[in-house]
Formats: sequence, C-alpha cells, structure tokens
Amino acid sequence: MAPIVKVNDLRKSYDSGFEALKGVTLDIEEGEIIALLGPNGAGKTTLISTICGITRPTSGTVTVSGHDIIKDYRQARSQIGLVPQELSLEQFETVMNAVRFSRGLFGKPNDDALVEKLLRQLGLHDKKDSKIMALSGGMKRRVLIAKALAHEPRVLFLDEPTAGVDVELRKDMWRVVDELRKTGVTIILTTHYIEEAEAMADRIAVIEKGQIRLVQGKVELMAHLGKKEAIIHLTAPLAEVPASLAHYNVELVNNGSALRYVYDVRAERTGITSLLNDLQTAGLQMSDIETRQSSLEEIFVGLIEGDAA
Amino acid sequence: MNYQAIRSIYFFEMARFFRTYRQSLLAPVISTSLYFVVFGAAIGSRINSVEGVPYGAFIVPGLIMLSVMTQSTSNASFGIYFPKFTGSIYELLSAPVNFFEATVGYVGAAATKALIIGLIILGTSYFFVDLTIAHPFAMVAFLLLTCLSFALLGFIIGIWAGNFEQLNLIPMLIITPLVFLGGSFYSTSMLPPVWQAITMLNPVHYLISGFRWAFFEQADVPVGISLAAIAVFTGLCLAAIAWIFRTGWRIRQ
Ligand SMILES: Nc1ncnc2c1ncn2[C@@H]1O[C@H](COP(=O)(O)OP(=O)(O)OP(=O)(O)O)[C@@H](O)[C@H]1O
Ligand SMILES: [Mg+2]
Repeated sequence: MAPIVKVNDLRKSYDSGFEALKGVTLDIEEGEIIALLGPNGAGKTTLISTICGITRPTSGTVTVSGHDIIKDYRQARSQIGLVPQELSLEQFETVMNAVRFSRGLFGKPNDDALVEKLLRQLGLHDKKDSKIMALSGGMKRRVLIAKALAHEPRVLFLDEPTAGVDVELRKDMWRVVDELRKTGVTIILTTHYIEEAEAMADRIAVIEKGQIRLVQGKVELMAHLGKKEAIIHLTAPLAEVPASLAHYNVELVNNGSALRYVYDVRAERTGITSLLNDLQTAGLQMSDIETRQSSLEEIFVGLIEGDAA
Repeated sequence: MNYQAIRSIYFFEMARFFRTYRQSLLAPVISTSLYFVVFGAAIGSRINSVEGVPYGAFIVPGLIMLSVMTQSTSNASFGIYFPKFTGSIYELLSAPVNFFEATVGYVGAAATKALIIGLIILGTSYFFVDLTIAHPFAMVAFLLLTCLSFALLGFIIGIWAGNFEQLNLIPMLIITPLVFLGGSFYSTSMLPPVWQAITMLNPVHYLISGFRWAFFEQADVPVGISLAAIAVFTGLCLAAIAWIFRTGWRIRQ
C-alpha cells in the first residue's frame, strides 16, 4: 500500500537564513502511529508545520494521500488535522463554537451531533458551553484535539501532546491516542520523552539538527540498537575488579557486591560465556545474574553522542 | 471555492461583535450624541447654515464617515491581527482555505459591522436634526464602498502589524487626521485658498464630499470624481492584498 504521507527531500530555510530541515525523507503508512523523537530545536515543529501548510517548504515535496501539499493544497489539507505545540486558542469562545468553527473552516457542513460525539469521546462534553479561558491546560489541549478532529481527518499531527501535562493526564492522553488509532486515524506525534514514544508509537523516527537519523519499528529499534547489561551478583564483595577481568567492559556496582557488564546484542559474540568462565577461574562465586535491555532513552543518547564524537 | 469556510469566518467574526454588543453598539451612539451636543448645539448656534444646509444636518454625513472609516479599519485589522497574536492563525493556515476566501470572510464581517454602526449613527441623528436624503441609493452605495475599502485597508494593516502599537498607529496617525481635515465638519469652501488646495490632496475628502452629495446634493468636488477616488483606493487595497496572497508576506514563513 502506498504511504499516506510521503515526504521527499524536504528542506526549509527560515528568513533568517537558518536551515531547520536539511533534506528530510519519510514515508508514513496509513493507520500507524509514528513518533518524531528529538531534542529541542531538532526541527520537529518545522517539519509538521511545513507538511500542514503553516510554513512554506524551501525545496522538496510532500504528498498526502497522493495530493501534493502545494499544487493540490485543498485535497491535501482536507485530510489533515493539526494539534499545535502551543495552546493557541480564542479564549473568549465556547468549546462548542470553537470546534464548530474548525469544521466549517475545512469546508464541512455543520454537524452538531458529530461535534458532541467528539467532545464526549475526549471527556469534554460537560464543558461544551464553557468559555475556553475557563478550562485547565489539559482540557485546552483536548479542545485543540477536538478542533483538529472536527473535520474527520485521516491523518492527525500531534505536536507534543503531553508537554506541560502531569503524569495522570499524560497517561490519559496516551489512552486518547490509543482510541483514535482504533478509529483508523494515522497519527504523527512529536515528543522529547522516550517513554512516551515507547508507550504510544509503532515506529520511531529520530530527528536531530534537521535530519532524520533513523526510522525503525519500536521493537526492532530496541532489539537492534539496544545494549544489554548483565548484573552479576557476587557472594562476597570485591574492592576492585580483578586483573584477569580487566579486559572486559565490567565495573563494580552495589558497593562491590555485583559486577555490571554491558554488551551489544548485535555482536556475534556477547562475551557472556567467557566472562562467566573467567569469573570462575578467578575464584569468584556468583549468587545471581540478571540481564536488562537498555531503554530507548539510552539508545537515543548513545546515538546522538556517537554522532558528536 | 470553500464557501463553508467563508461563512464560518464571517459568522465567527460577527459573533465576536454581538458578544460585546453593548460596547460595540452603545459606544458609537454615545459618541455621536456627544458630537451633536458639541458641534451641533454649541457651534451650530453660531453658524446657521453651510451652503444652504443647516449646520446640524450638515455634519451628519461627516460624522457617519468618521465612525465608519475608523470602525471598518480597526475591526478588520483587529480581526486578523488577533489570531496572529494568539497563534490561533495556525488553523486558518492549515485549512483548505485560500487567501481570497479568508479576505472575504474577515473583510466582509468587518465591513458589515461598520455598516451597522453607520446606520445606527444615521438613526441616532434623526433624534437631533431634520434630515432628508436626496439620493438614498447613492448614499447606501457610498457607505458600502467606504466600509469595504477601509476594511480592506484595515486587513492589510492587521497583517502588517507586529504589535498592538503598530495596529493603532495608522488609524490614529493617518486616518483620523485625514477625516477631520477632509471636511467632515465644514465645507472646504470655508477655508483659505491654500488650505483648499492642500485638502484636494486628501483622499478622504473625496469620499466625504460624495457622501454629503448623496444627502444634500451639495458637494465640494463633482460626485464622479468622488466615485473615481473610492474606486482607485479600493483597487489599490485589492492589489496589495493580491500581492500579500502571492508572497505570503507576514503570514506564512
Ligand atoms: N520562525 C523561525 N525563524 C527562524 N528560525 C526558526 C523559526 N522557527 C524555528 N526556528 C529554528 O528552527 C529550528 C527548529 O525549530 P523547531 O521549532 O522545528 O524545533 P522542535 O524540534 O520543534 O523543538 P522543540 O522540541 O523545542 O519544540 C530551531 O533551531 C529554531 O530556532
Ligand atoms: Mg516543537
């Protein structure tokens, strides 16, 4: 199946001359949730803004369901809903009117039943006649989502949906996203938080300095790039790593009562077996061994540091 | 053409107006009444008539023009500046709406509001003076064109403005003086020749003169020239907006 969003060698230079996107190529499949993961200033918002028509691309192309975002901007934009990073709302409007307005702006006839259903789905129904300024930050974020969904888009962009939201609401947002996915909407979200990408996304695109560093399924990413660590608990604590083990990547943890060994799951030989052998030769007794896969956060930090080196 | 979007923008903007209808409608009624007290009663008791028109009635077209021009400019500039300021303009930019449709929605609403205010002032003045309108259709046409062209100007100002000071700058610094100096409250024939010549450079003067002609068949300049002047002005605004549309100036980076 053809990708629903196709970004091809997209570049964006701002008027200041700063090149925020340096040739981004990315295919997004229908129905998936993809997380754009990257540090501040990586170009996540610029990428989304350019796809959605808020900023103009300097070069490159983007198509949405095969419609070019410049030439067929009407068809392309009709497919897209955008939840911006900032809580940009008309404070004096009521929730219901704000959502109705969004639907109209996208050329769809008024449909109060649909809007109310949407508000109910987002837990906003009892606030429908409230002024937006009277809502909490988390509620405002939901209003933005309702506005973005009011014209029944097939693709939804969520720019940092959980920025400035407490843990409870964050989990809540994950649930909302999960429910949206069940309705078949393709979702592109940006985040700084690995746990969020891990919790919500099917695929993860790491973006840094205006370039996509890698795109991979979440599971493969963890498996392929992940380092594993083995914690070897010893029966008697050590003062220092024995000389015979010095050539392994080991260090003492837990006040010398355990050895931590980091290895690469991609390597042909993990070195675990020979380490355990040498351990025995050195006369050390182990009481337990545990292994742990590194989180995306560690992968991510490793990736960026590796690049800087 | 996304008519639904035009309708949505138009009614969204009108809703803002009616939400604050007390300020929106009461303010012009009060300020008009004050003008009548100050100009009509105080000055009018010294000046009997201008070019055969009683002074109280003579100032009505100028008063309407003053309000209509400032209102349509500020309504339209505020209407587009405000979403820029709050950031909510993202929605307009990401919607399948072109600049022409957005202009029709915002400018249409701003012009409608100004028209309503103009008509309210006209109604209010009937309480103060005897008024007959010689050419009602021409009067309405002038009023409509003025609302529209100044709303276009306001729209451009709103797009250009980078802060609230700039938003008020042009209306305060240019439009209000031009209206006051354009013969709103006097006939230019009352001025010394030098000032008469200078007034001829004031574009607003042609509008006021034409509008007054529709009431009293009395004008400082031939009505055809007035019409031509407003047509040129509207054309300039449209050209500027078309250019903004093409380049995305101050709207889309
Ligand atoms: N309007 C602008 N003019 C000039 N430079 C800009 C503009 N907007 C963004 N930039 C620059 O482009 C780069 C990318 O910004 P962008 O907002 O896309 O980053 P981001 O990944 O969304 O960051 P964050 O996680 O902080 O939201 C930054 O260096 C930023 O300073
Ligand atoms: Mg951002």
